[in-house]
Amino acid sequence: MSIFGFHYRMESKAIGLTIGIIVVASIGGLVEIAPLFTIHQTVEDAPDMRVYTPLELAGRNIYIREGCYACHSQMIRTLRDDVDRYGPYSLAVESKYDHPMLWGSKRTGPDLARIGEKYSDQWHVAHLNNPRDVVPVSVMPAYNWLMTTELRTSDLGLHLKAQRAVGVPYTDDMIANAAQDAFAQANPDSPLADGVTKRYGKATTMRSFDGKPSVLTEMDALVAYLQILGRLTEAAHKPVAQAEAAK
Amino acid sequence: MIAQLTLIERQRAIAICIAVAVGGALIMLGGRDDVMGIHGALIFVAGMLMIFRIGMSYYAPEPSEDRLTRYYDDPSRAGIVLAMIWVVFALAVGDWVAWQLVEPNLTFGPAWSSFGRLRPVHTTGVIFGFGGNALIATSFYVVQRTSRARLPDQVTPWFVLLGYNLFCLLAVTGYLMGITQSKEYAEPEWYVDLWLVVVWVIYFVLYLRTLARRKEPHIYVSNWYYMAFILVVAILHIVNNLAVPISLTSAKSYSAFAGVQDAMTEWWYGHNAVAFFLTAGFLGMMYYYLPIRAGRPIYSYRMSIISFWGITFFYMWAGSHHLHYTALPQWVQTLGMTFSLMLLIPSWGSAGNLLLTLNGAWDKVRDDATLRFMMVAAVFYGLTTFEGSFMAIRSVNSLSHYTDWTVGHVHAGALGWVAMITFGAIYASVPWLWKREQMYSPRLVEVHFWLALSGTVIYVFSMWNSGIVQGLMWRTYNEGGTLAFSFIDTLVAMHPYYIARAVGGLFFLIGGCVGAYNVWMTILQPGAAASQAGDVPQPPPASGVLQPAE
Ligand code: HEC
Ligand code: HEM
Repeated sequence: MSIFGFHYRMESKAIGLTIGIIVVASIGGLVEIAPLFTIHQTVEDAPDMRVYTPLELAGRNIYIREGCYACHSQMIRTLRDDVDRYGPYSLAVESKYDHPMLWGSKRTGPDLARIGEKYSDQWHVAHLNNPRDVVPVSVMPAYNWLMTTELRTSDLGLHLKAQRAVGVPYTDDMIANAAQDAFAQANPDSPLADGVTKRYGKATTMRSFDGKPSVLTEMDALVAYLQILGRLTEAAHKPVAQAEAAK
Repeated sequence: MIAQLTLIERQRAIAICIAVAVGGALIMLGGRDDVMGIHGALIFVAGMLMIFRIGMSYYAPEPSEDRLTRYYDDPSRAGIVLAMIWVVFALAVGDWVAWQLVEPNLTFGPAWSSFGRLRPVHTTGVIFGFGGNALIATSFYVVQRTSRARLPDQVTPWFVLLGYNLFCLLAVTGYLMGITQSKEYAEPEWYVDLWLVVVWVIYFVLYLRTLARRKEPHIYVSNWYYMAFILVVAILHIVNNLAVPISLTSAKSYSAFAGVQDAMTEWWYGHNAVAFFLTAGFLGMMYYYLPIRAGRPIYSYRMSIISFWGITFFYMWAGSHHLHYTALPQWVQTLGMTFSLMLLIPSWGSAGNLLLTLNGAWDKVRDDATLRFMMVAAVFYGLTTFEGSFMAIRSVNSLSHYTDWTVGHVHAGALGWVAMITFGAIYASVPWLWKREQMYSPRLVEVHFWLALSGTVIYVFSMWNSGIVQGLMWRTYNEGGTLAFSFIDTLVAMHPYYIARAVGGLFFLIGGCVGAYNVWMTILQPGAAASQAGDVPQPPPASGVLQPAE
């Protein structure tokens, strides 16, 4: 009874209710979220993990803008059929530079966490242009404007800078050359191309993704992004990492 | 409506609108190289229109002093009209995207109408546009009656209501132009989020100011829920939307969190947006309108207390059930599952308390479609929370997650619970607010009820089917140990269910249109000009009902 008596008194004070609600509601979040930042094992170590190139980052932003995440997940669960269908299950480290993450919640289309290099660039271009040209029963929308819209690169430096502010290790050199690196990644023959491999590593995919080297389109960016998915680090493919993560 | 404001209040309102217009102009100029500039123009135009509107009635005679003896209901009226506009719009978009999954060419080509951009327009439109306006309108109505106190002034409630609608408008137009953070239910970008923080803080302060003037010693249960709704949504919104914009003149920002921490924060937010926006607020509504409409006191005061604190505490732990079998550490998943199961107790406590309140009034439920909306809402609330706890069990979730089962679950709650209780509350309050005997057409309320119920049932059953079928097909193996079905096979199997869902949605949409027509015709009807007992802060006739039965 006394607990109800206490409540009866608290109910007559708006401030008592306010404080009560704030305290009671805060506990769950504090206990579940705060340790994720402090417990080291939450995110595996992967020394080979690289950051997105400016072109890939721009492609990721197009993926966000178009709401691809509404139909596609990027999170392979630790379930046998998920792994058999999509590849090794996703590790936390693989999205450690993803601000925000795009794990998704609905698979109207297949998971894309490991779509990188599963198909050719031409396949992606044709598919994005009109999915039904490639998969007749597809319900995915056609994104035919990507091919004809030039990519905006002028503010890519600002993008990298903001990314650095939230913790992604972009260097001053990367920020200063963001726009030209985006151009060069899709123009491997240009003299600027060396800069990209110097800054982002030899393994960076350098090619004209949309097949039209003359202009840098949004299609270039989006395909560059799709082709890197699941390939920023090899961690998930290493048996050791798998075993460790499973522990 | 402007005539109700005093001269000083008119001046204050104009000053606020000038500030908004100037802010809009600055955003327009600063963001002229970016889509943000278009939003600046929109804010500027909204501010100017309001200045114009107030200016037109600026010299109207001032209201008489006896307005202070009555409750201030103009913002509630406007909020209900806005809610009805939003619901028709957002249900129409919902049904459109549902048909797009049947026939993808229904985007008709342009970028703004593709599925990925329209889907958040639908979710924001129903949750924030329809649900939010209904919550704000009813909270103003309820807090005044249950406190026997008038809102403290006549400008702040308008600021909250119209400021909130500006938020919704910026959110929805933003998605169409591709401005989105991609965080589910938290899609608006940083500057729109900041605006909501301003509106929301003022909303809570207004609530406290009203409660401070109350003449009832106790704060009625509905207000606990409305307070939890406002407070916790503020906490969730601020934490989940922490982000760094690429520049002050660009719409784009990057979330402060990444990867696994971001996922946990997002679903802590997302699940509790369901809990405190789509549940707590509507329970507050239910605890007021259901007892009054049924003419029965709340069944148990103690059950209200236990349920309230149970919901406030347990819900905040449950978000991680959205991340089963992912890269989120397992201990967090287990906590999420455990608390989701415990959550069933307070949830059924509320549902049971409300249904038991109807004991002795079941004949009214039979005859009165408005009360039946509320009864069905309580039933669906009970069903959906049971289903939710069930789906939070890891092994069940391994089947349901990523499939349409989730969508079916969401809509059992959204259509069956949120929309039904809101329609019930709107049908109850429109005659009260506009001083009419009853709705323009009780028959149309009946028609709406059956359209809504059948639409919901068709929707939910088709999504259960498609979800479970797809989940099972994904995990079926051949004897040789290889997967039996390609993804495309499962896609083809979904087709008939997608048609059924879109038809169910169409029923629900038509019901919504019938409701909007009925509300509109009720407003147009000539009514009694005299004020009613419920307008004046004296113990209203119904207030006996709101005393606990024990
Ligand atoms: C309406 C939901 C929907 C949206 C939105 C959507 N997709 Fe899809 N996507 C699908 C479906 C369904 C499939 C499977 C059929 C097919 O291959 O077209 C698919 C397949 C794919 C595939 C091939 C996957 C594989 O493993 O075969 C890729 C790549 C892809 N989508 C990328 C995208 C991108 C990029 C976007 C955003 C620009 C996007 N999708 C938006 C539904 C969607
Ligand atoms: C005419 C009635 C409605 C129709 C036809 C409809 C249709 C849809 C569709 C097609 C989706 C996307 C599902 C997918 O991605 O596969 C969706 C999502 C959603 N809708 Fe509705 N909807 C309706 C009413 C409502 C109402 C009234 C609410 C809330 C009050 C609501 C809340 C939501 C939410 C929260 C989601 C996201 C679900 C998720 O993330 O899993 N809907 N709706």
